[in-house]
Amino acid sequence: MHEYSITESVLNLALEKANEANASRITRINLVVGDLSGVVGECVQYYFDFLSKNTIADGARLDFEVKTTQLKCRKCDKVFKPQDLNWTCPDCHETGIEIISGKECYMESIEVE
Amino acid sequence: MTVKVITVGEDILGANEARARSNKKRLDEQGVLTINIMSSPGAGKTSLIMSTIENLRDKLGIGVIEGDVASSVDAEKINAMGIPVVQINTGGGCHLEAGMVAKALDDLPLGDIDLLFIENVGNLICPNAFALGEDRRVMISSLPEGDDKPHKYPAMFADTDTVLLNKIDLQPYLEFDVDSFSKVVTGLNPDAVIFPVSCKTGEGMTDWFAWLESAVKDKKKK
Repeated sequence: MHEYSITESVLNLALEKANEANASRITRINLVVGDLSGVVGECVQYYFDFLSKNTIADGARLDFEVKTTQLKCRKCDKVFKPQDLNWTCPDCHETGIEIISGKECYMESIEVE
Repeated sequence: MTVKVITVGEDILGANEARARSNKKRLDEQGVLTINIMSSPGAGKTSLIMSTIENLRDKLGIGVIEGDVASSVDAEKINAMGIPVVQINTGGGCHLEAGMVAKALDDLPLGDIDLLFIENVGNLICPNAFALGEDRRVMISSLPEGDDKPHKYPAMFADTDTVLLNKIDLQPYLEFDVDSFSKVVTGLNPDAVIFPVSCKTGEGMTDWFAWLESAVKDKKKK
């Protein structure tokens, strides 16, 4: 359900940027979301099609670049992808890790006419 | 028509962040320590708030914002204690947002409040993504939920200041590995403070109250 408010934010930000550029139509919105962000692309597009009616973004496609989770060991700096529930460092078995990718949730660009 | 690409490079939730900063400024001006309490449904958010009110109300002015999908059951309990409380119903929404909190602040006597609890909607998926203007984030995890929750919802645990491990009185009856839980939480978040507590028996609550009182003092100094 959080996709509804995320979609409202996507639409408002895209309309603001398109307006600043005096664009007449938004054709595509390029988003970057991490797989820890909990954003389901299909849901966002569904809400977007509904919310964007009667705006210059009506009919725009949303493109989601999904970033996979990457962790960095706080002890040996090894960067690794977690294996299911195992988030310990594969090299030194340290449990102290930092999430360096996977929480992204931003708009990279919009394509306008 | 030629297609033009406009680079944006902005956080999708930037508008919420801006509203959260404005709430924070307002609360800072009044010296109100604000705690965003997050957990799954039934972990004990309301029980924790009520127990804290009972123990600290003589020392501190306390206020509460209650976030729920529907109903005012929790707010009525707090109201019955004579504590200023505002209920936010999200109408299906799974988290609180800064704009909702801004409206709720209008209905609270901020000048009389030292400590404000914002009880978020019970959910481990997304409340952490929506800043409200809080000073501290507190997660409650309870023993019946199992010790794997930090693995399953890492983003929530990585963004928190304090984790209360509630219903610790049930430990003899459950296979909950407290050490393993704590190791994962501090692994994700080395600065997190973990308090094993029971709102029911009062076990461990003194440490939580001391942490809160010290945080309120620090806020007043600023």
